[in-house]
Amino acid sequence: MKNELIKPKGLVTNTNRRNFLKFGTMSVAGAGLLLMGCNDDDDMMPPMMEGVSLGSGDIGILNYAYALEQLEAAFYATVLTGGYFANASAEEKTIMGDLEKHERAHREFFKAALGSAAIADLEVDFSSIDFNSRTSVLGAAKTFEDLGVAAYNGAGQFIENVDYLVIAGKIVSVEARHAAAIRDLINPGSDDFAGDDLIDANGLERTLNFTDVLTAASTYVKTPIDFSQLPS
Amino acid sequence: MNLLKLLDTMCPDTNSPEEKDMFFSRREAFRQFGDLSKKVAMAAVPLGVLTALPKVAKADTESLIGVLNYALTLEHLEYRYYQTGVESGVIEGADLNIFTKIRDHELAHVNFLTEVIGNVLGGMPVAEPEFDFTAGGNFSPFMDYPTFLALAQAFEDTGVRAYKGQAGNVMESDVVLTAALSIHSVEARHASMVRRLRTKKGQDTVKGWITNGSIGSLPAATQAIYAGEENVSHGGVDVTALTGIDAAAVSEAWDEPLSKDQVLGIASLFLA
Repeated sequence: MKNELIKPKGLVTNTNRRNFLKFGTMSVAGAGLLLMGCNDDDDMMPPMMEGVSLGSGDIGILNYAYALEQLEAAFYATVLTGGYFANASAEEKTIMGDLEKHERAHREFFKAALGSAAIADLEVDFSSIDFNSRTSVLGAAKTFEDLGVAAYNGAGQFIENVDYLVIAGKIVSVEARHAAAIRDLINPGSDDFAGDDLIDANGLERTLNFTDVLTAASTYVKTPIDFSQLPS
Repeated sequence: MNLLKLLDTMCPDTNSPEEKDMFFSRREAFRQFGDLSKKVAMAAVPLGVLTALPKVAKADTESLIGVLNYALTLEHLEYRYYQTGVESGVIEGADLNIFTKIRDHELAHVNFLTEVIGNVLGGMPVAEPEFDFTAGGNFSPFMDYPTFLALAQAFEDTGVRAYKGQAGNVMESDVVLTAALSIHSVEARHASMVRRLRTKKGQDTVKGWITNGSIGSLPAATQAIYAGEENVSHGGVDVTALTGIDAAAVSEAWDEPLSKDQVLGIASLFLA
């Protein structure tokens, strides 16, 4: 299977990456992710990177949440070091500072709760985000927070242990609070905080499945993630 | 102990083999329910097609109807509150779009839950109760905008906790759980917006998230809504000790559930 990783780029660039990831195998998902890495640097083979496997059952779902929290925590940690944050308003500084702490707390919680079953640290790639730009940072924050809510909402039905389900419920509403605040910073006083782009005519927020979420996240994560054992 | 897991052992509640054949295992039946209604319920179309659901053990359906009627009661309260507020003229013009949107969501929730209870589960949706938003003459939300905003925050934060408290009671039905989660996060978005709006107007110092179970400048009668939100331990992990992050921030990072009795105690203040 390893040779999947070095399949010539021309053969796969036009392939829908979502279909790729649907197979959920490490080598296939890795091909998609590594090929992205190739784009900037056609002369060199990307370094082989060891992927992580989320595992199965509730552990798999906790690792899925842990992966997303790793991404969010790393994002806000980087925000605090950038030019946007240095020049942000007092309100936005407070919000970004809070979000960094909340996401770090979530990440460390999952790491501790998973113990030896926890996946390794993910390598992130924020090269598409300009941390000196308010528009870029808030746009990325909106993506991450909305994605987090949809991911938890979509994964809840697969959780078997009621204690884990309640813990996920305790976190998802905070992510939704974040998402609404970020959306209001971007478009103040509007109804975007709970916009029609996310909420349907039944008043239900969108849910996303594992494939959709990890495909969206893969823009920001270098480490290949094998989610093939997650429940369905 | 999960009540619904226990019910697995009691299903199906039938006598003859022929009757038993009519029943799927409950979990399997709800899975099918889930698959069907994922295609239908989420698309905002009539749910009539779901009446062809496989039969499920009566006790489970009754339990789901009970939980959803409880949710419907809260949605009735929220919808009537915002509808009255929008009609009253108490809302500042610049904020009208916000509360019209929230009102629309609450109405959609009322209609959705009524449909699921009545036409999917074959139950009787609760009628809208009569509300007294003055709580016996203590508040004037439709004459005083800061009071309107304060009660709106109280209702939204209560709603978030109420749905969270029922997650375990609907988890055997994939579609009901997913719908409940999808309402829950909408309520949380509302809560965040209303909380921040109050602070922007100088009426409070609360953030979009709940700090240390604080009621901020809300009336003391709202204390029960925030009781327990100061918790920093989850699944046996004390997150402040684990991370060194201050307790205020850790308390903000997890919202806490409320039981049905706790919520009904709060809501009863506003029943006529």
